[in-house]
Order: sequence, then C-alpha cells, then structure tokens
Amino acid sequence: MGWFKRSPWLLHYNATSCNGCDIEVIVSLTPLYDLERFGVINTGNPKHADILMVTGSVNEKSRQVVQNLYDQMPNPKVVVAVGICATSGCVFQDCYNVLGGVDKVLPVDVYVPGCAARPEAIIDGVLKACDILDGRYRQSKNTRPAVPP
Amino acid sequence: MTALLFLILFPLAVSFLALVPPHSLAFRKAVGACVNVTLCAVPIYLLITNLERGAAYFHVESKLIDVGMLFAELFIAVFIVYVSVRAKRYIPVLLVVVQTAIMVTFEFTSGHGMQVEHSLFVDKFSIIMALIIGIIGSAICLYAIGYMPEYHEHYEEVKDRRRYFAFLLYLFLSAMFGIVFSNNLMWIYFFWEVTTVCSFLLIGYRDDKASRESAFRALNMNLLGGVVFSVGLFTLYSTSGIMELDKLLLADKGSILLPAVCFAFAGLVKSAQFPFCSWLTGAMVAPTPVSALLHSSTMVKAGVYLILRVAPVMENTVAAQMLTLVGGVSFLVTALIAISQSNAKKVLAYSTISNLGLIVACAGVNTDAAVWSAILLIIFHAVAKSLLFLCVGIIEYKLGSRDIEDMDYLILRLPKLTAIMMVGMAGMFLAPFGMIISKFVTLKAFVESTPVMAIILAYGSAATIFFWTKWMGKIISIKHGVAEVMEHRVSNWEWITLGMLAVVTVAVSLGFPFISFHVINPYLTELFGTIPVVDSFNVLMVSVIMLGLLIILPLGLLYYAFIDKNYKRVGTYLGGGNIDNTTFEGAMASVRTIELKNYYLENYFGEERLINVGVFVSLTLTFIMFGVAVI
Amino acid sequence: MNVISEAYQSWSIAERMLLFMLIAPLLGGALAGIDRVASARLQGRCGPPVLQPFFDVFKLLRKERIIVNKVQDFPIVLFLLFTIFSGALFFAGADLLLTIFSLALAGTFLILGAFSVSSPFSHLGAEREIIQMVAYEPMVILVAVGMYQVTGSFNVGAIASYQAPLILYLPGVFAGFVYILTIKFRKSPFDLSMSHHAHQEIVRGITTEFSGPALALIEIAHWYENVLLLGMVYLFFAFTPWLGLGVALATFFLEIFIDMNYARFKWQLTFLSSWLFTAVAGVSNIIVLSLMK
Repeated sequence: MGWFKRSPWLLHYNATSCNGCDIEVIVSLTPLYDLERFGVINTGNPKHADILMVTGSVNEKSRQVVQNLYDQMPNPKVVVAVGICATSGCVFQDCYNVLGGVDKVLPVDVYVPGCAARPEAIIDGVLKACDILDGRYRQSKNTRPAVPP
Repeated sequence: MTALLFLILFPLAVSFLALVPPHSLAFRKAVGACVNVTLCAVPIYLLITNLERGAAYFHVESKLIDVGMLFAELFIAVFIVYVSVRAKRYIPVLLVVVQTAIMVTFEFTSGHGMQVEHSLFVDKFSIIMALIIGIIGSAICLYAIGYMPEYHEHYEEVKDRRRYFAFLLYLFLSAMFGIVFSNNLMWIYFFWEVTTVCSFLLIGYRDDKASRESAFRALNMNLLGGVVFSVGLFTLYSTSGIMELDKLLLADKGSILLPAVCFAFAGLVKSAQFPFCSWLTGAMVAPTPVSALLHSSTMVKAGVYLILRVAPVMENTVAAQMLTLVGGVSFLVTALIAISQSNAKKVLAYSTISNLGLIVACAGVNTDAAVWSAILLIIFHAVAKSLLFLCVGIIEYKLGSRDIEDMDYLILRLPKLTAIMMVGMAGMFLAPFGMIISKFVTLKAFVESTPVMAIILAYGSAATIFFWTKWMGKIISIKHGVAEVMEHRVSNWEWITLGMLAVVTVAVSLGFPFISFHVINPYLTELFGTIPVVDSFNVLMVSVIMLGLLIILPLGLLYYAFIDKNYKRVGTYLGGGNIDNTTFEGAMASVRTIELKNYYLENYFGEERLINVGVFVSLTLTFIMFGVAVI
Repeated sequence: MNVISEAYQSWSIAERMLLFMLIAPLLGGALAGIDRVASARLQGRCGPPVLQPFFDVFKLLRKERIIVNKVQDFPIVLFLLFTIFSGALFFAGADLLLTIFSLALAGTFLILGAFSVSSPFSHLGAEREIIQMVAYEPMVILVAVGMYQVTGSFNVGAIASYQAPLILYLPGVFAGFVYILTIKFRKSPFDLSMSHHAHQEIVRGITTEFSGPALALIEIAHWYENVLLLGMVYLFFAFTPWLGLGVALATFFLEIFIDMNYARFKWQLTFLSSWLFTAVAGVSNIIVLSLMK
C-alpha cells in the first residue's frame, strides 16, 4: 500500500561530520526545499524513526552511538549515508581516527554522495529509501516467522 | 440498646485486659483477632437491625454514670496537670484549670439537678460512623499486632510498652463509639476529652523530643477546643436548658447559635482545620497504626461528625458561611501545600486535612445534596486514607525512608503492596472511585448555594491531581533487570488488613448506590424531608467505568505481562549513549546514572508561606463566626 | 441544520455514541491534516497532503512493536478507551462533569504509562504533562460551573438546546477556556510535554519511549480529544448551530495561528498564567453570574 513511502520519519545523526551535510539536511526541511510535503518529519527519537540519516565518517566513539540508535529503531528501517564522508570517508579514508564510512558499522541502503550533498540529492535519497522501506515491509510480511526471534 | 452499650463497654474492657500479662504473643494475637472480629460484626448487626427503623432514643439511668464521668474527668485533669508539670509545660495546665473551673461551676450552678431524657441514641449516621470505627478500627488494631514487633525491632531505643499501646487503642475505640452513640452532650464532651488524652499519649509513645513536642502541641490545641466546648455547654444549658442533641436541633435557632458555634469550633480543632492544622502534621511522628486510626479515619472524623450534627442549627446564618469558608480555605491551602511535600506521611496528613475541609464546607452549606456528599466523603476517605497510611508504614520499614523520592521502582520491590497502594490512591482522586462521585455532587451543591466554594473546589481538585499522580508515577516506574523483592517479611496480619481494606475501598465505590439508598437517604429524609436527586444515568456510567476497569485492568496486565509475546525489547533513549537502561556514558567517558525526581514547586507552594496565609485567613473567618454568634 | 438537529434528537444514546466513535477519528484526522497544511502555508511552505495524519497512523500501525517494559502499552490503550468514552458521553448528551472527569482519568493513564518507563525524557514529559493538566483543570471545571449557572443543568443535551446565547452570559469563561485550549491542543506556547512539529526540547517528551502501534493509538486519541474540545467550544454558541460550527472552526484556526507565532513558554509561566487567567476571566464571570441570579 505504500504507507512507508507516504510517511517516512527521519532520525538525523551526526557522526564526526563537519556539519556541512547536516546543514543541508536541515535545509531540506525549510520552505525552499520542503521535505514535509512528502510527509517527512525529522524526529529526534530513534523509536519513532524509519530512516536513519548519518553524516560524517564514523569514529570509535560514535560507532557505539550509531549502533545504539540503530538498535533502538523499530523495523522496517533503512540507513541513508549522507555525504561522501559517510559513504566512504572521502579524503579522510585512511585516517587513523575514523572508520571510513557508515557501512563499516551499519548496513547502509542508500548512499548520497556530495560534499556537501545537495538538498535535491538528499531528497532523492530519502525517496529512494522510502521505496526500499516499502519493499522491506512487504518482504517481512511475507516471510514473517511463526515465533519472533 | 444493648448493642450500643456493648460497643462502648466491650473495647473498654478489652483495653484493661490488654494491660494484664500474660505476655505470650500467640495468646494475645488470638484474643486480638477475636476481639476485632466482634468489633466488626456488631456494627454490621446494628446496621441490619436498624435498616428499616428511624432514629431510636434510649434512656439510661444516668446518675451513677454522671458521677462516674465527673470523677473520670477530674482524674484526667489531674493526670494532664501532672504530666505537663513534669514536662515543664504550663499551657495545658492553664487550659485544664480553666476547663475544670467551667465544668465545676456548671455542675454546681445551673447544671445541678439536670435531667436528661435520652442519653443514647442510634440513627443511620451513627451507624455509618460505627461501621467505620468498628471495621477500620479493628482492621488497624489487627495490623498493629503484626506491626508493633517490627517497630520495636527497628527502633530499639523506644521502650517497649506494647500493652499500654493496646490499652490506649481500645480505650480510644470505646470513646469513639461513645461519641457517635451519645445524645447527651455532656457525655459527648466526656468522650471527646478521652480521645484528646488518648491522642496525646499515643503521639508521645516514642517519648523522644520530637514526639513530646508534637504530643503537647496536639494536647494544647485539643484542650483549647475542649475549653470552647465546655463554654458552649455552659451557655447552652443556661440559655435554653437543653443538653441533648435531638432537642438542640428542634430548639429556637437564634438563642442557641453561640453554643452551636462553640461546638463547631471544637470540631474544627479536632479535625485539624486551619488555623489548627499543625497538630496533625506534627502527629505524624507517631507509629503508623496511630496515624491510620486516629489521625485519618476516626478521631478527626469525630470533629466533622460533630460539625455535621450541629450544622442545621447554624443554617442560613453568616456563621455557617464562615464555617463553609474555613473549610474551603483549609481544603485549598492544604491541597496546595501537599504538592510541595516529599515526606509521604506529611502528604497523607495534608490530604486528610484537605478532605476534612471539604466535608466541613459541605456541612456549612447544609443542603440535602451537601450532607449526602459529606457523608459519602467521610466513608470513602476513611477507607482509602487508612489503607494508604498502613501501606506507607510498611514501606517505611522496607525502604528505611518515608520520602517519596526513595520510592523508585517500588512496583518491582514490593509488587503486591504497590498494587494495593494504587487502589488506595486511585480511591482518593480518580474517577470512578468514590471521591469523584462525592466531588461531583459537592460541586453541584456548591454551585447552587456558594459559587465561591465551587471555584475553590475547581482549584483544589487540580492540586490533588498533581500530588497524587506524581506519587503514583513514582511507584510504578519499572526498570528492566533484577530488583530485590522485599516482601517476604510482611506479616500475615498486615496482609489480611491491607487486603480487607482494599476490598472495602473497591466495594464501597461499587456499592455506593446501595449505601446511599438504604442508609444515607433515610437519614436525609429525617433531616431535610428531601433527598438529593442523583442522575441515574450518571450512576450507571460510573458503575460501568468501575466494573469495566475492574475487569480490564487485571486482564490487560496479565495479557501484556505474560501472554503477549510479539515484542522486541530495547533500551530507553539516553541519546544513544546507553550502557544499560539506567546508566549512560557521559562526558570524558564517565559513567553516569540517571536520577528521576519529581517537581515539588516549593517556591510557589512552600509550606511555611501557605500555612501563614491559611492561618491568617482562617483566624479572621473564625473571629467573624464567633462575632456574629455572640451578637 | 434543523435536519441534523432533528436527526440527532431522534437517535438513541447508544446510536449517538457509536456515530461519534466512527466519525470522530475521521474528522479529527482531517483537522490534524488541515492543521499541518495551514501551518506550512503560514510558514511559506507547501505542506503535506491533507490526509497525511492518516498515512502516518497507518504507517505506525505497521511498524514493529518495540518496548522498554512489558506493560507500558497498556495504559495507552486505556488512554484511548477513556478518551473515546469521554467524547462518546459528551456527544450523546450526557453529563458534562462526568466527561471532564473521565478525560482527566484518560490523561492520568497516559502520564502513568510514561512514568512507568523511567527514562529521563519520558519522566520529564510526564511531569510537564501533570503541570499542564493542573494548569487547565480549574478552568475546565469552571466552564461546567458557568454553564450550570446559566442553564441550570450539567447535562450537555440540555445545554446544547438552551435557547439563549450562552456566550453572552459567559464571555469571561469562554475567554479563559480558549486560553487553556492552547494547552489542551498541545500547541505552542504551551506544548510543554510533547511536540508535534520539530519543536523539540526533551526529545519527544511524554511519547519518547512509545513507538509504532502505541504511538498510533496516542495519535488517534488526540484526534478524538480535539473533536471533543471543539464540541465544547460549540456549546457556547449552540443557540445557532451554524454559528457554533463556524466559531469552533475559527477557534481551531486561531490555535494554529497562535502556534505559529509563539515559541514555547517555560512551564512556570504556563502554569501561573493559566491559573491567573482562569482567576481573572473565569472566576469573575462566575461571581458576576452568581450576583445576578
């Protein structure tokens, strides 16, 4: 039925980002780009969120936090890596103090490259994530195990 | 009549029996249980035999009894003087001297050769009070059997005077029965003084500095009430030759306004209304059975009982309006103060004074609806409040603290107790329990006669929501993980009592239509000739909610706790820094534990400031009340 | 309009309750959607589709159920049940005071559910919710008192069919009621305990630890409650049904407007200003009425 596509709620977390991509995410919610017309709400609470948007390449401290936040999100959920630092670490890839991208910690579903990622690209990424959400939900319904793990 | 005499004399006999050894605990427990069962059964018997009858009056050959009472009063006076002088406090001495002087003068002047037609009586209201005293009183005595051993274990420095304690408790019960069954005002006065002394001695049981302070404060205030009571008796007999309650209500109102106001004043002191509320909050140092019995369900109810009895005399006077306002001020101010208190017993004490204030206000209004809800309030409050005091008593031992802030996760540590406490607390302020019905009808009664009281009720009930919900939330907080269950050492006596009172709370809330129809309405018909019209649809809806909750709550809890397996458990949200549900990683890699505390709003509802406001306002109102009566 | 009044009179109490239970969520959800669109337009944005709240609820119902403790969702169910019950009582024409007390009971269940979780944000949200409740409760009771003074009855049916304009007798009470309505609708400046938009302060406040199905139930309960509150606004103008409906809708838009213009007050200011406003507007009205009679 596509309800996840019509009402995706975000959780935005900054893992060692320079704040450039964070600003672009916030900007997407402002009148010029207006993510809310797609029903997107930026909740600050993992328990309410469907989409986890991570900026910045993760380091040891934020690895635990990102993991914790991801665990507290109810299924179905997707992870969107915003910005090239979250995708692969960009120029900081080989640095000793970062892990080099969110996919070293979490299973990422959508990569939105850019430095900083443009709001249009972010919106595109969110909408792709919604499609994945929908597919994931349908999958879980079909293959629901008899007894939950 | 034998039932009445039995109820007055039997506890008296038991109290003297309690002083006598043998000390064997099992024997005392067995005797105690039998006594308490009897004390429950006889009022019920009284209720059943009197259901169809109206009020009944009895003549008692009273010359000997009167002399005996006089001697007993003198003995009490001497005793108080002795104890006060030994403690170097002279106000009680002064008050007792004044009181004795008044009574002696009375005996030898106008009171000489006084003939009393009916000394004892029983009507529906007395039966309700007798049921409360009998059932709740004996439940608490039963509880005390299990409680006092642990009390003395905990407080080794307190001298073990358990037999003396039991003596006082049963003596008190006897005096309470005396108050509610006496038609003779001199007798009421005598029993009144006995309760004052019992209260004084019981508060001071612990015999340390704080207890002695509180005991003497209670003594001073209650003796002041006694002095005014005796003044009232004196003026009553001198002006109109009446010494009986039923004749009081039939007499010409103008001439007996001053005595009625005196009696109402004595009632106000006994019920710890402003400006006399500090004795009750101080009395919380006493052991829990004392707080539960005297200071929430029975002795303070004696005060409002008297006010309700004499209120028809004051009807439609400025004095009655002042009485209503004193009740209203007490209700509102103490409800606000209770928000800022974190000592559990103090919260309960202030809540008690608050409810009594509401009852006093209803008495002042004195329409059929107001008295209806006043009696219902008496019943519901007595049951729920005594239950809460008993629970807090147990919690105090298990946790080692009376502070609400220490009651985190109580539902994990003391599950059954928490459940019972929730019943008690819900009984105090939530629909569909009894208090709500009473508040409902009270509001309607007030709107018709004194809109100011409706406003006070609106603010006051908001305040009560605040402190009860806060407390409820505190005790049901749950954390996942092992918590030590501490319930193993709660004695069976205590469980039986708590269970019984919880059942009674629910039963009384469910059954209030029956109580109203069979017991309260006949009384109101005698008094007013009319009964309040309670919308049957509302009653139906309230019963539906009540029954619905009774069914849904246990079923739902069972379902969610045991049957429903479709969930995934995650941690609480602590910003992603969870170590477990109550600790998180703070700055500089430190481990921090969460602390959850309630709001107390001391800046707005601080005890001192509000008490001063209340005392000032109520003193003014009391002076006006006396002023219009004297003129 | 008369057709609707006659139809209403002809239904039994049970039928009215059933109709309320079925129609109110649709109406409430639509109102919530209009709220979001209007707020967005006021901010110069497009805003979501009007049916967005329904999409949200359907999505939430499909999420996995995660919990912190096993019994936290039960009070939410009771919250919903009692909110529906209060609204049903009101629209069936039963007693206004009973509706108010039932609503207070419902609110208490929500607060207890949040307390049981014992997480800092949830706890803080619950404490603020208590403060909100204490802030508006006197005024709500005074509304009932005022209506009783004018019409002589607490019965909603009797009040609704009273032939004189209640608003003329109860202007102060109405003003006080609209003031605290902002608290009940959970709008800025009084949205202390939870926030619908991105005004966070204590994350999601009282609803922080509830997710998926429980959150959907809370949302639906709010829809029922909003319809009930607008119904109470209607009562003031019930002598002319068209006017009543119009004012109810106008009040709703006023709330949106206030929401968009103010930032959140501190709880102290909320609490004190509510009680003061109640005292000045509501109490004076009641006293004047009692002197008039």
